[in-house]
Amino acid sequence: MEARRDPEHANASPARARGRAIVITSGKGGVGKTTTTANVGAALAALGKRVVLVDADVGLRNLDIVLGLESRVKHHLLDVLEEHATLDEALVRDKRSENLYLLAAAQTREKEDVVTAQMVALVERLRDRFEFVLIDCPAGIEMGFRNAIAGAQHAIVVCTPEVSAVRDADRVVGLLPNDWRPELIINRLRPTLVKKGKMLSVDDVNGILRLPLLGVIADEPGVIVATNRGEPLALDATSETGAAYRAIAAKLAGQNVAAPTVRVPGDGFFAKLGSFFGGRA
Amino acid sequence: MFDFLKALLRPAPPSSSMAKERLRLVLLSDQLSLAPDVVEALKKDLLAVISRYVTIDSAHADVTFEHRDKEVAMLANIPITGVRGRTAEERSARAAPPAPEPAPKAPEPAGTFAAPTVGDEPMIATGVVQATEPPISQPEPVVAPVAVLPAPAKATSRRRRRKKPPTTIVRPGYSAQG
Repeated sequence: MEARRDPEHANASPARARGRAIVITSGKGGVGKTTTTANVGAALAALGKRVVLVDADVGLRNLDIVLGLESRVKHHLLDVLEEHATLDEALVRDKRSENLYLLAAAQTREKEDVVTAQMVALVERLRDRFEFVLIDCPAGIEMGFRNAIAGAQHAIVVCTPEVSAVRDADRVVGLLPNDWRPELIINRLRPTLVKKGKMLSVDDVNGILRLPLLGVIADEPGVIVATNRGEPLALDATSETGAAYRAIAAKLAGQNVAAPTVRVPGDGFFAKLGSFFGGRA
Repeated sequence: MFDFLKALLRPAPPSSSMAKERLRLVLLSDQLSLAPDVVEALKKDLLAVISRYVTIDSAHADVTFEHRDKEVAMLANIPITGVRGRTAEERSARAAPPAPEPAPKAPEPAGTFAAPTVGDEPMIATGVVQATEPPISQPEPVVAPVAVLPAPAKATSRRRRRKKPPTTIVRPGYSAQG
């Protein structure tokens, strides 16, 4: 796969298909939107896709630190929108992949400072230069949410197996444009608890939300350790959770991927979601 | 010690089942409160159907939803001012109601609603209908807000279904831009 070194050069070929802008949203805070954005983005870049991650959480910038790029951010989203910096000045290239770029959120500004039309125009520009524009949406359903979804064509809803997260995810899906078909990532699933009937299963959650299931991410210490280090777990070839992120990326890239599986620790076998996880609880 | 053994033998239902059931009800309730236009349309249709059998005081009719412990119920409080027809022939001979919505295909079988046989005193009909499984339908890709309501339960509302109603999904097609 051809890798372009400079985002500027991506504009050179006028016949290029435009990229896909996908917003990662959840309604509820703290369910793992930013971690998901970072990992899916890193995995897409590892597949050779040109990816830009946009942190739309103005005032609460975090995508930079999760990716380990916090020291490289010189300009941010609002600098670009208000033309204090060019897009190229503000785009931060990832340390590990030349296909992955970050546009950080402003830290000292407010979500209301973003003009929706400018945000839409920016996402349009990014779609000319990147195959995937992943927008990390802030929690809530107010202005920040509306700005984050405004330029996108597709949504990924992140939900944990908790009543509060499912309720908020349902609400958020109702607020997305009617012609969208958002996909679901169930995050922080604990297979052992599901098996004991102490946690909502994948089928329980999706029996309520009824969205196409994009992936399931287990709740495991590796995610925390990777975040501590600023290294996306998706790039760890030995990690099962990393593999789950890579499978999500492959699916988004249009590859045929088997249904997501999550291993129950100690059971030593892969449990199929449909039969096993749905049967309990 | 005996209590301990008994507790061991009869474990409590898993908390995930409780979570699922609580979610089902809260979402039903949320979605109804987020779709006032649908509730209004339901009320209109409901009154139109009832007024085929009895005359009612629509101005004082009240249809609300209540989130209870184990169900979401529709409460209809409709003052009845008179009875229209007493025989099945009279009832079926009546023209369709002047509702703008598509009229029901066939008249309800006589006797589905027991028309109250009273004199001049207005009666209050109070019904409780439990929400049950709706047809799973996809909202059409239209601009206007679209919503799907659970199919109203059968007219035999007094017979409460003890069986757990299946998961119900109502998705008001609200648009963020709208």
